Amino acid sequence: MKVRNVRRHDEDVELQMTPMIDIVFQLLVFFIMTFKIVTAEGDFSIKMPQAYESGDPSDDQPLVVVVTITARADGGLGDVIWASESKPLGEDAPYRNDPFGELRYRIRQYVNDDGTGKSTAAETEVELDCDRTLHFQHVMSAITHIKGYIDDKTNERVNLVEKIRFKPHPVGSS
Amino acid sequence: MKKYESKRGAPFAKGDMTPMIDMTFQLIAFFMVLINFAAEDQNVRINLPASELAKPPDKPLESAITVQVTKKAEGGTVIVGPEETKVEGLLTLMHREAESIRKEDRVVGKATIIIRADRNAETGLVQDVITICQKAGFKLFRLRAEQKEART
Repeated sequence: MKVRNVRRHDEDVELQMTPMIDIVFQLLVFFIMTFKIVTAEGDFSIKMPQAYESGDPSDDQPLVVVVTITARADGGLGDVIWASESKPLGEDAPYRNDPFGELRYRIRQYVNDDGTGKSTAAETEVELDCDRTLHFQHVMSAITHIKGYIDDKTNERVNLVEKIRFKPHPVGSS
Repeated sequence: MKKYESKRGAPFAKGDMTPMIDMTFQLIAFFMVLINFAAEDQNVRINLPASELAKPPDKPLESAITVQVTKKAEGGTVIVGPEETKVEGLLTLMHREAESIRKEDRVVGKATIIIRADRNAETGLVQDVITICQKAGFKLFRLRAEQKEART
């Protein structure tokens, strides 16, 4: 007992740092290796009519616009057609080669989104009639341009048409 | 300088470990907080389309099922949870999902189907997926997109 007492008073207890630092570095390496930068994702809700609904689905929706999007042979974007017009969107200035820009312009016109009159966006519904082989990114562009836009001045999101649906196709048909 | 000599007598510098350990713990805490376990349902084979209006949902959805659609070059398959199938086999899978929702006393029509489709997936396939999910009783659908900062 005497010897121990002497030791305690004379020197500090040496803390073993090496195992702790080993473990800490192991942990650090583990977390660095498993770290993955994830880009933020967001959702668009779409409204799908029931496939076996009876009657014309547009009965209770007076303001339905059909936007047709065709595909090129490789699945790229073909024409964007507003409400079965003969001429596709994106042919004239200032929206040359920007069919979705013109689509947004037409939507804003259609729902009176000029800040003065009453916007009819809430009652409007857009039906997308897309070619089967069309790449999905073009559909997403169309939905983005129909759903809303980001105001240049306020930098805030302005909602346009919320109700978007796909034209019903039987499974596997072209 | 006897104090800094080892017992064997050879001199060695005794660095102060405290700041290093502080920093290391800080780093560990940083990576622990940022690690995203929810990323399990994010498949590396799927490149989401980008959209500047896509915003992460304010609150997590109640009973959501993620259905992933691959592009044609990847087989044009549909992935639900761990299972991957062609579109023909999807109805069985969705019936099973609906059944497990009913077992938990929840309503199938209130469960949300989150569709994570590749940007080059065929639109027809996405529409098929929606139609099949409707046959299994699901009513709410969301299309997922990646957030994009650039403005058009």
